[in-house]
Amino acid sequence: MPEATFLDANELVINMGPQHPATHGVLRVILKLDGEKVVGTECVIGYLHRGVEKIAENRTYQQFAPYVDRMDYVAAVTNGMGYCEAVEKLLGAEIPPRAQYTRMALAELQRIASHLLWLGTHALDLGAMTPVFYTFREREEILKIFESYCGARLTTHAFRIGGLQYDLYDNFERDCRKFCDYFLPKIDEYEELLTTNRIWLSRTKNVGVLSAEDAVGLGSTGPVLRGSGVRWDVRKAQPYEAYDKVEFEVPTGERGDTYDRYLVRVQEMRQSVRIIRQCVERIEPGPIFGKVGKVIKPPVGEVYHSIEAPKGELGYFVVSDGTVTPYRVRVRPPSFVNLQAFDTMVRGHLVADVVAIIGTIDIVLGEVDR
Amino acid sequence: MATIRILIVFAVLSGLVAYLVYLERKVLAFMQARLGPMRVGPWGLLQPIADGLKLLLKEDIVPSGADKALFLLAPVISVLAAFTVFAVIPYANNFLITDVNIGLLLILGISSLGIYGIILGGWSSNSHYPLLGALRSSAQLVSYEVAAGIALVGVLLISNSLSMVHIVERQQQTGLWNVFVQPVGFFVYLVAAVAETNRAPFDLPEAESELTAGFHTEYSGFRFALYFLAEYTNMVLVSCIAVTLFFGGWLRPFASVRWLDFLNYGPVAGLIGAGIFVLWLGWKARDTGERGFFKFLGVALIVLGVLVAYPPVLAAVQGIFWFTAKMLLFLYAFIWYRGTFPRYRYDQLMNVGWRWLIPLALANLIATALVLYFISPHAGLGSG
Repeated sequence: MPEATFLDANELVINMGPQHPATHGVLRVILKLDGEKVVGTECVIGYLHRGVEKIAENRTYQQFAPYVDRMDYVAAVTNGMGYCEAVEKLLGAEIPPRAQYTRMALAELQRIASHLLWLGTHALDLGAMTPVFYTFREREEILKIFESYCGARLTTHAFRIGGLQYDLYDNFERDCRKFCDYFLPKIDEYEELLTTNRIWLSRTKNVGVLSAEDAVGLGSTGPVLRGSGVRWDVRKAQPYEAYDKVEFEVPTGERGDTYDRYLVRVQEMRQSVRIIRQCVERIEPGPIFGKVGKVIKPPVGEVYHSIEAPKGELGYFVVSDGTVTPYRVRVRPPSFVNLQAFDTMVRGHLVADVVAIIGTIDIVLGEVDR
Repeated sequence: MATIRILIVFAVLSGLVAYLVYLERKVLAFMQARLGPMRVGPWGLLQPIADGLKLLLKEDIVPSGADKALFLLAPVISVLAAFTVFAVIPYANNFLITDVNIGLLLILGISSLGIYGIILGGWSSNSHYPLLGALRSSAQLVSYEVAAGIALVGVLLISNSLSMVHIVERQQQTGLWNVFVQPVGFFVYLVAAVAETNRAPFDLPEAESELTAGFHTEYSGFRFALYFLAEYTNMVLVSCIAVTLFFGGWLRPFASVRWLDFLNYGPVAGLIGAGIFVLWLGWKARDTGERGFFKFLGVALIVLGVLVAYPPVLAAVQGIFWFTAKMLLFLYAFIWYRGTFPRYRYDQLMNVGWRWLIPLALANLIATALVLYFISPHAGLGSG
């Protein structure tokens, strides 16, 4: 039944997706429109559901590791890192510093790569077609480092439970430093194109405002939460690996609009460069594996471990029954939870803002649907 | 004679529009750290022909539930409106199809008809996205046409004529391009022109990321190509109008400054410069066939440049060269905007149009009228 709205016109119901250029994958949004104004939304998800959590119950701990790479497939390194750490926590294993700093350096590179992909596509959604080519050019350099390290560019499977998949290649440190030097001026370039661009400002300021209370109430994490002004970063709040030993800042926004989230992510890229530089300084010769044994067989128990993935808090809840396969793995994907804020953000805005807001949440459907 | 001129204009215009697409893809590509079309022909030079052929051969789909007659008619309206207007553009003092004493009015009138193509196309598709796209464009085009129209009236007041030829001649007499007399009018017209041609940052009707392809979502094959043709023809059209009305049409820069007469050799320099550039491309090319082609083309351009230096020829091509050069600058700017700006939102677009451009244009009009009235009442409003 269509509700009566302004001028007594009927609502126009538009189906956006799952095949739509701006829904970043196979998200399907059912929009209820009054003219061009959005009066309600409904997200239909599950088009990319592969039952990743169920698969875990039929694989050994190590066998499952490559599957998590396929959740947030544009940030595979951090996915793998979270899973490996969760199992290590269950095992009570210590990870040698060389492996820790390598993991951090790679994870921060991954964060930059993920943010670059977000920045390019977000700008493209808002009609600025040039930034996407610049960001992909820089992302390529990161993927080259991944490729040199483990042979894969996207679904890297970079880590093993207990340490690293491979030891570092000879010029890893040099490549990272070179990338950092090359990349910082490029961020200025993106900002020059967008940050003070009048059209960009008018498209992003006061669009998709999410108050701090709403953000916390809806369980948002990552840049979405920090854009609303809540200084919460798992790397600072519950440091894992060696994040308590490196210096970095947690950028936050004020108004919680699309523009603030844009600024937060851009600042995060700068901070990531800072972390990479420190990590690379501290990578010293040494073992890359902790004592975990050949067969991974954690004691009976359960563990929840979360990390700061590029898109927010990525949590793994792993239950062990003492065998070589997990009894249950539950993933808390940041994209899925952040997507819940979509309706709050989008109500009352125009159709054109829908794509801006989908873009600003930075979802990956592989992770939403798992 | 007129028939031959019409044929020439039509042929050149079609070719120009086809290669404008190529130019756009190339320029955008170079702005975006990539190469653009490179496969079909040397440096992708045959790409427009390949694209055109492909579109011709595609199936012409009419969606079920569409209003067939209107659906088939709509793109034709757009193209017709875009092409007809070129009849009154003076390309040079020695080359124009016709000069009517209501030239500018004719241009505004006929180019406004193009919007029917968009509205009817969107409506007759019987689909949500095209309908929304068509609604957007109708609102957009109508509001920006008002601004553009008012901005042009300022020029009318100064020139005291609606004839395009007379407007250019007037600029020749005063030795001052209208852009210097009417900077505000030009600015308003420029913005409105970009909006009227549905180009970035005002390309809402076809906002790919929101409405898939706007009003022409349901179109395919050659009917789609017609819309495309109309859009690019309109780009050329507004560039032509801007050049004629504000940038002295066929006049060379500083036409009345004697010691700058060497600028008359612009066509020669342009052709030889292009020839040298093409030779350089040929020198760099790896493929033997490509190298041969570019060298031939480069030499041909240089020879042509030398031939043009012969005084009678030089005088003959003078007007058309400067007109084309200025027009190309405008077209380049169109592409440049697209590479730089994000897209306006629908309501913001309306804001810019109604709350900024139209008041600005009105203020400019009133100021112009007042100044004319007080300075020279006989040339201005008084003489009617």
